[in-house]
Amino acid sequence: MAYDMRTPLQEDAVGKLRAGDTIYLTGTVVTARDGAHEKAIKMDRNGERMPVNFSETAVFHCGPIMRKNGGWEVVAAGPTTSSRMENIEHEFIKRFGIKMIIGKGGMGDRTVEACREHGAVYCAFTGGAAVLAAKAIKHVKDVFWLDELGMPEALWIFEVEKFGPLTVTIDTHGNNLTEKIKKMAKERAEKVKF
Amino acid sequence: MDREVLSDAIAELIKTAVTRLPSDIVRALKKAREIEIEPGKTQLSAILENIELADTEKKPICQDTGTQTFFVRVGANFPYTDILEESILEGVRKATSTVPLRPNAVDLLTGKNLGNTGKHIPFIHWEITKDDKCEIIAFPKGSGSENMSALRMLKPADGLEGAKKFVLEQMVEAAGNPCPPTVVGVGIGGGADIAMELAKRSLLRPVGERSDIPEMAKMEEEMMRAINSTGIGPMGLGGKTTVVDVHVEIAARHPASLPVGIVVQCWADRRAGMTINAEGDIEWHTI
Repeated sequence: MAYDMRTPLQEDAVGKLRAGDTIYLTGTVVTARDGAHEKAIKMDRNGERMPVNFSETAVFHCGPIMRKNGGWEVVAAGPTTSSRMENIEHEFIKRFGIKMIIGKGGMGDRTVEACREHGAVYCAFTGGAAVLAAKAIKHVKDVFWLDELGMPEALWIFEVEKFGPLTVTIDTHGNNLTEKIKKMAKERAEKVKF
Repeated sequence: MDREVLSDAIAELIKTAVTRLPSDIVRALKKAREIEIEPGKTQLSAILENIELADTEKKPICQDTGTQTFFVRVGANFPYTDILEESILEGVRKATSTVPLRPNAVDLLTGKNLGNTGKHIPFIHWEITKDDKCEIIAFPKGSGSENMSALRMLKPADGLEGAKKFVLEQMVEAAGNPCPPTVVGVGIGGGADIAMELAKRSLLRPVGERSDIPEMAKMEEEMMRAINSTGIGPMGLGGKTTVVDVHVEIAARHPASLPVGIVVQCWADRRAGMTINAEGDIEWHTI
């Protein structure tokens, strides 16, 4: 199924999604990679306030190329490899009430469990399609932690319109499309005779 | 030809590499879309639309503009050898602000992002030829696919069959992470460094061009069929096309060694080249 969705995402709308569905997203997206995940969790543990309400946006695993042109201009903003965040994403989902994560390559069991428990989905944006992504970003609303983390790792707040194609690979029901395909690929590979 | 002119040309070369894909890979991706099923077809359509947008808007195809890597074949009688290295470095600095490129060189000790130049980066692979020309290939390499590289020191008794099994196993393990459809570079023989160097260098060969060694050409085709039979598909979401090509390069081996190196290239198979003659005239390679 294909859906147009809008942030802030509603629990029932997210719950309806199934692995394999396609989404085009309109609303607010915040970028966060390894550095931003670690910093946010550390700050939250110390009781510090977050600059963004992560539960009202989608979290995008992305280290964009930005250019200062009066305001900020997005040059290229495709997804980065999500598995780097696997050991930390479950805590991120739990602490901040994340509803949607966007990245590439898929994620593992701990994220699947956190998505099931807290009603979140993980979606894959076509890896490398950075100009396509930039085109759907209509406005750079803000940026946080830029000086400390640098351009790729900062929290960039984007207003997006029909951002996609996003393929749901982890839904709220425990399904994991990329793992299913990987399992099938392994079985098929074992049958290959050289 | 001076440092200013040469570094400008290098910056232009990098710009071409990161904004326009060579026609061989674009052709292969279009052909893949024709036979692909969903959801792989949607992925390939997004990829091809992105390639076109990057070309028209002169923007980097992918936000990961890679580690700046160059393959240089310099003639023993080329008159500007002394300014080559510094001009490449300067060209990388210029391209970082003009294209722009993402700052992708991180200091290993402090974790500080240095831009695109740091210790040994950009990396230049040098080769010396007998003539008076210089060929420079810009090969910016993204990390999503580079992270799926692997080396295994097989036993000679494992033979080519062992090498094939290793490549298949590694590509299944990599699944969607290296942004398939990929080109897989395989280096067999030599020592550890030689196998890896051959694997990377094999990626400079155009997509669709077979090895000139018949046994290796056969192995390339066999590996393509095997990897595509897994159904990993575009971006690992399922489909018929996981690789658009496999390139194998070989070297003689030590009697006790059989190294096999794998370097994976994502669909954004960025390469651009130029040749400078003894008069300093630049000829841009067609892409």
